[in-house]
Amino acid sequence: MPTPYMTHPARIIARRTETAGIHTFTMRFVDRAVRDTYRFRAGQFNMLYAYGVGEVAISIVSDPADPGTLEHTIRIAGRATGVMAKWDVGDVVGVRGPYGNGWPVEQARGRDIVIITGGLGCAPVVGLINYIFRRRDQYGELHILHGVKTPNDLLYRERFDQWRREPRTRVYLTTDHPDKSWHYRIGVVTELFDELGAPPSSVAMMCGPEVMMRLAARSLRDKGIDENAIFLSMERRMECAVGLCGHCQYRERFVCKDGPVFSYRALKELMRVSGL
Amino acid sequence: MIQTMHMPKAGLEHLITILRRDGYRVLGPVARDGAVAFDELRTSSDLPIGMREAQEAGRYRLVPGIAGEIFGVVNGAGSLKPYFFAPDETLLEVRRERRGFKVSEVAPAPPPHAFLGVRACDLAALAIQDRIFLHDHFRDTHYEVRRKDAFFVAVNCTRSAPTCFCVSMKTGPEATAGFDLSLTELPDGFVARSGSPAGEAMIVKLGLSPAPGDQEAAARARIDECAAGMRRRLDTSDLPRLLYDEAENPRWREVASRCLSCANCTMVCPTCFCHTVVDQEELDGNMSRRVRQWDSCFSLDHAHIHGINFRPKISDRYRQWLTHKLASWIDQFGSSGCVGCGRCITWCPVGIDLTEEVAAIRADAGKR
Amino acid sequence: MKPRVAVFKFASCDGCQLQFLNAEDELLRLAGQVDFAYFPEARSRALEGPYDIAFVEGSVTTPADARRIIEVREESRYLITIGACATAGGIQALRNWADIEQYRRAVYPSPEFISTLSTSTPISEHVRVDFEIWGCPIDKYQLLAVTRSLLSGAQPVLPAHSVCIECKRRGNVCVVVARGEPCLGPVTRTGCGALCPSFNRGCYGCFGPANAHNMEAFARLLADQGVTGDEAMRRLRGINGYVRPWRETADALAEKK
Repeated sequence: MPTPYMTHPARIIARRTETAGIHTFTMRFVDRAVRDTYRFRAGQFNMLYAYGVGEVAISIVSDPADPGTLEHTIRIAGRATGVMAKWDVGDVVGVRGPYGNGWPVEQARGRDIVIITGGLGCAPVVGLINYIFRRRDQYGELHILHGVKTPNDLLYRERFDQWRREPRTRVYLTTDHPDKSWHYRIGVVTELFDELGAPPSSVAMMCGPEVMMRLAARSLRDKGIDENAIFLSMERRMECAVGLCGHCQYRERFVCKDGPVFSYRALKELMRVSGL
Repeated sequence: MIQTMHMPKAGLEHLITILRRDGYRVLGPVARDGAVAFDELRTSSDLPIGMREAQEAGRYRLVPGIAGEIFGVVNGAGSLKPYFFAPDETLLEVRRERRGFKVSEVAPAPPPHAFLGVRACDLAALAIQDRIFLHDHFRDTHYEVRRKDAFFVAVNCTRSAPTCFCVSMKTGPEATAGFDLSLTELPDGFVARSGSPAGEAMIVKLGLSPAPGDQEAAARARIDECAAGMRRRLDTSDLPRLLYDEAENPRWREVASRCLSCANCTMVCPTCFCHTVVDQEELDGNMSRRVRQWDSCFSLDHAHIHGINFRPKISDRYRQWLTHKLASWIDQFGSSGCVGCGRCITWCPVGIDLTEEVAAIRADAGKR
Repeated sequence: MKPRVAVFKFASCDGCQLQFLNAEDELLRLAGQVDFAYFPEARSRALEGPYDIAFVEGSVTTPADARRIIEVREESRYLITIGACATAGGIQALRNWADIEQYRRAVYPSPEFISTLSTSTPISEHVRVDFEIWGCPIDKYQLLAVTRSLLSGAQPVLPAHSVCIECKRRGNVCVVVARGEPCLGPVTRTGCGALCPSFNRGCYGCFGPANAHNMEAFARLLADQGVTGDEAMRRLRGINGYVRPWRETADALAEKK
């Protein structure tokens, strides 16, 4: 058995710029045997490797029904992603995975879905939303709530408008500090919960800054949604992705292998304390 | 029924010779730079014979001991850890090719190691590291290669350092598992036991004869005396709950005012396993090594990602270390991460004592 | 086209730029990757800017240097300081606590010809610096790693944790605990390979402050070792004495006596 750090070459077959500093890469494993056996679940992530620089955990946004082709949306944020931003079609990169538990798409089947995101583009939920649209009849009403600090932080405006046109889907965009161009909602996401009309049987899934997720989760629970049906995607430093290197620990949990998706029930005690 | 054998002191030389002849690189406690550390043994006279050590929080000195006593020094800064979980090693070599790159694993091929004079706490620590690096769903190959052929000669402790608290952690002073051979030192020889088929075979090779009953009783008495004399205690009762509930106890800030955040405690800890993997690229850009290095939760970058540091304060990091070691480790791996070897106490430059910190937090929690 | 590299010298001893030459085998490989357009220590040819990468050694101690560093910045796409002088002001920053007039008169027979500033300051106090390589002298492997990163189009990175981590990785016995030796390792940035503790000596702090440190606790440790007042101040006010966390602690220690 090779080291858990063994990475596999994959070739970039498409590159798309989402918005300034955010790019989506489509890639396929070079080794046929790796490609043929690779499978993943919605919401899992891979460790992408840039030659000579290092690895970054990036969620898979493509559909698990087509595991031979992988799509990753990368936001340029640091050293390795700075190099990844220059990847182009034909380049070979390293991929190992999939890792993490993914979104609870099975548990959510047949129920109304509330998806909450905040801050700068949240790739893990894009994959989730696409997953639901491809299986639209398996899920109930879909509510997509996205909060940004200022209108400038709203990325993917077109994509939200496109989702808005899908059947049984409502999209709510809100900002704390509107300007003249803003014709969506004003205020924090939690203020929108009253008009959601999402029944207590709904499943909520969220991704974004921890403070936002904590407030949203608490508020959804107060609206009657069970703590075990509210899911948060956590972010921590990840290096090994298998619970070996120690970096992503969140008290007793390894975010890489026990998460990154946790129920609010599992996290609420931890989220009260800062600096864990 | 494992038989108890007698080994004369000269048997140690014989043991080293046999191990070396069998292809082992033999390592044992060797005095070097003012402390003992595991180092290569060519002969039994390389051992710190007639020496003892004085340890307290933040201080370690080798001192004259009892003439002829071979294992008088309890321990030093170095544990078994670096021999299995290497502090700095290449895992992968990534070679650029015309279109892309090729990744190959750099498998270590060390000679098998035999460790002589391993204490119970260090064997317990190794068992803990096994649970981390040799999982059911993956195995760390580099660790596994080094681990599989190792031979262990344990020495049961007949004296403890003031920093020891293995009795509290139930890991010592007697080695009960994980060894091939165990020795208890008496003034005129050792009481030896085998702990594995390889140990059994070694007893035969050494030609040992059964220990007289009084020797066995004397060895038992010495170990019991050592256990009874161990002053330092760590009350482990309900520790996870205590430390989780006291996550905001003011003591964390207080200890952080003393803590240098230098990471020495985690480096000398025989169970700490945090590591980082960095790329070391050749200058011509044709090859990059993926190198694993020991890391520490006390380093500022440990919980840092683009623009966010989840544990920016020393108090956050000290709490992470202590809570992980004594509490969340149990949730993660089914046992405490602490074996009571006391190294983090002795080798902390400012002498921070985790048993004292836990006691203070417990006392404070009790007041409320 | 190969990136154009320049190596500039300010107030310094040349030890850091010598690390290029000390790289020997690697230097030849490096020369295949970059074009040394300006490197007076190594070759007489001096090509004009602009430069892709400028390595700057030394601190700013004269009005002329204060003007020259601005020109260097304007000529350079990526400016990297090499060594304690350029990064922290160097040992010559001791003048920052002294009367420069008195020095000038004491040292030079014709002090009127000497034009100097009253301070020795790091490059970053004058112009924007893209990356800093610490050390006295710098470590050649760090220098090469930073260069390699730039050639690969990656932001350079060097570890900034304590020397202790490196010291323990090497299996050293702690000189503080086992010998009572004063050692700056716990508050000093890694990079030297824990050189001094590997030879049973305390760390001198050549690589400047680690990114995580607790200077108050460290000053107490020195005091416990019997190093107090001016003696403790001098431990910190050395090669990297003008850099903030050490400067402040040293100043406080000097005042306390």
